[in-house]
Amino acid sequence: MTQPHLSLQNVTYTYEENGPEAVSDFSLDVGRGEFVALLGHNGSGKSTVAKLLNGLYTPTGGNVLVAGMDTQDSQYTWEIRKRCGMVFQNPDNQIVATVVREDVAFGLENLGVPSEDMPAIIDRALSAVNMADFADRAPHMLSGGQKQRIAIAGILAMQPEIIVLDEATAMLDPSGREEVLETALRLNREQGITVVWITHFMEEAARSSRVAVMYKGKLVMDGTPREVFSQVDLVREYRLDVPPMTRLAHMLRERGLDVRPDALTIPEMRQEVKRLAHHA
Amino acid sequence: MLRDITLGQYYPIDSPVHRLDPRIKILLTMAFIVCVFLVGSPLGYLPIAAYLAWATWMARLPAKMMLRSMRPLRILLIFTFVLNLFFGTGDTELLRLGFIRVTQEGLYNAIHFSLRLIFLVIGSSLLTLTTPPVTLTDGLESLVSPLKVIKFPAHEMAMMMTIALRFIPTLAEEADKIMKAQSARGADFTSGSLKQRAQALIPLLVPLFVSAFRRAGDLAMAMESRCYRGGEGRTRLHVLKTGRKDWLAVASIAVLYAVVLLMARYV
Ligand SMILES: Nc1ncnc2c1ncn2[C@@H]1O[C@H](COP(=O)(O)OP(=O)(O)OP(=O)(O)O)[C@@H](O)[C@H]1O
Ligand SMILES: [Mg+2]
Repeated sequence: MTQPHLSLQNVTYTYEENGPEAVSDFSLDVGRGEFVALLGHNGSGKSTVAKLLNGLYTPTGGNVLVAGMDTQDSQYTWEIRKRCGMVFQNPDNQIVATVVREDVAFGLENLGVPSEDMPAIIDRALSAVNMADFADRAPHMLSGGQKQRIAIAGILAMQPEIIVLDEATAMLDPSGREEVLETALRLNREQGITVVWITHFMEEAARSSRVAVMYKGKLVMDGTPREVFSQVDLVREYRLDVPPMTRLAHMLRERGLDVRPDALTIPEMRQEVKRLAHHA
Repeated sequence: MLRDITLGQYYPIDSPVHRLDPRIKILLTMAFIVCVFLVGSPLGYLPIAAYLAWATWMARLPAKMMLRSMRPLRILLIFTFVLNLFFGTGDTELLRLGFIRVTQEGLYNAIHFSLRLIFLVIGSSLLTLTTPPVTLTDGLESLVSPLKVIKFPAHEMAMMMTIALRFIPTLAEEADKIMKAQSARGADFTSGSLKQRAQALIPLLVPLFVSAFRRAGDLAMAMESRCYRGGEGRTRLHVLKTGRKDWLAVASIAVLYAVVLLMARYV
């Protein structure tokens, strides 16, 4: 059996000694190349899980393994952070340099990559997020979506295997959100990078290959978007919504129409409506 | 915001002076300042003026840029001149108006010290006009790095300056936003006594500080996630290189020294 890429084993985390558990008895294995959406209402512990994944926090109980390396073992700390990159919510608070190119270089500089190797790596990373033309611009002049793509490029330059994005789209407008999600999906598809996508937007989660739901620090649902979102009542119990089309399917079913309960996308719904119209 | 405020005074063109190694440029500016102090008489400023004119030409800077750099100091300049002129010592009286007397020595000093101030300012703005602040920071870091042996935090200092430069526009934008929000609720930042205006700033500064601290926490996390662990073992994208043009610049300052010292002795 191949080893999971990310493995959380009965992880517990408390911010203060004897305080409430922000994450409690949380177990999740993520395989290489998966795109997992992590959902949960405010304060359910998603960001805490994210920070446990690259050793920013070490678990109070249980173990977190990244490519088999335990985050509690301090000899692996930097190797883990190199392999598991992190994109945060606020685009302004994660850019270090005053020029895009220099910001992408930041991680490389920290890793001690030889100066003469950097320009080629930086150009490749910027091309991968479609930001090659912005290399010499000042980050504060860019849009939110562009800033987040710069942040992704800064991580890509370090050649990671895993990228964790903690509500990377929360502060963006719809087009910026689409840019960033599209970038993450493409990197997952083309470069096989494992992605953990934390979000509050159900339509984003619908495009992942797996959905994990947190509630009060615990993992409460785990499955394909279809499996998870078709359980509308359960999802709502965890104070989440379902994607718009699933909601519509649910409403139609409540009114006695026989549409499939797990419709996720607009084309699927269109097909269902056509099918019903045909039967009627 | 038309101009990028993180560039400070920087005049973004390309020239041999812009391309000099920032470390050499900083050292040359210091050498130039010392040189200005070595001048013994107003006439001795001739080679200094000639050198600056040449450097300005080499840097492709418009002369009016250089003169503009004098603006903030005009009051100080007038003070220097007037004080030396009217309250100078010496016996050779040129003019007397009541208790004010202008002596020959006073006039001499007024001209001498004003010229000194002018050339000091122009000389140092040549550095800031041709070097972006971030490059200047890199140069400073490299220059003070030998002090690391006595535990001087050279890298940390430079990192602080870089981050400060990076966050100036972000915080300025935020301050602007908060100010507009407070004005919309009736806050008045522009009128009233000094005390009233200072008080009006409190509702601006408090949220600004709160957000700055939150940003600092976020940034620290982001930097750590990207494997930042201090200056140890760190490489740089831009390596500072000293080349032929830098040594030529050093040679030019050596010539200036020779001329100034000779003039101080024989003229
Ligand atoms: N620095 C901290 N110190 C103490 N408690 C914290 C800290 N950060 C988070 N918590 C608590 O831990 C719990 C989980 O927080 P976390 O930020 O992981 O939730 P989240 O799912 O990311 O929420 P959101 O959707 O709002 O981002 C919350 O109850 C929160 O109050
Ligand atoms: Mg969060």
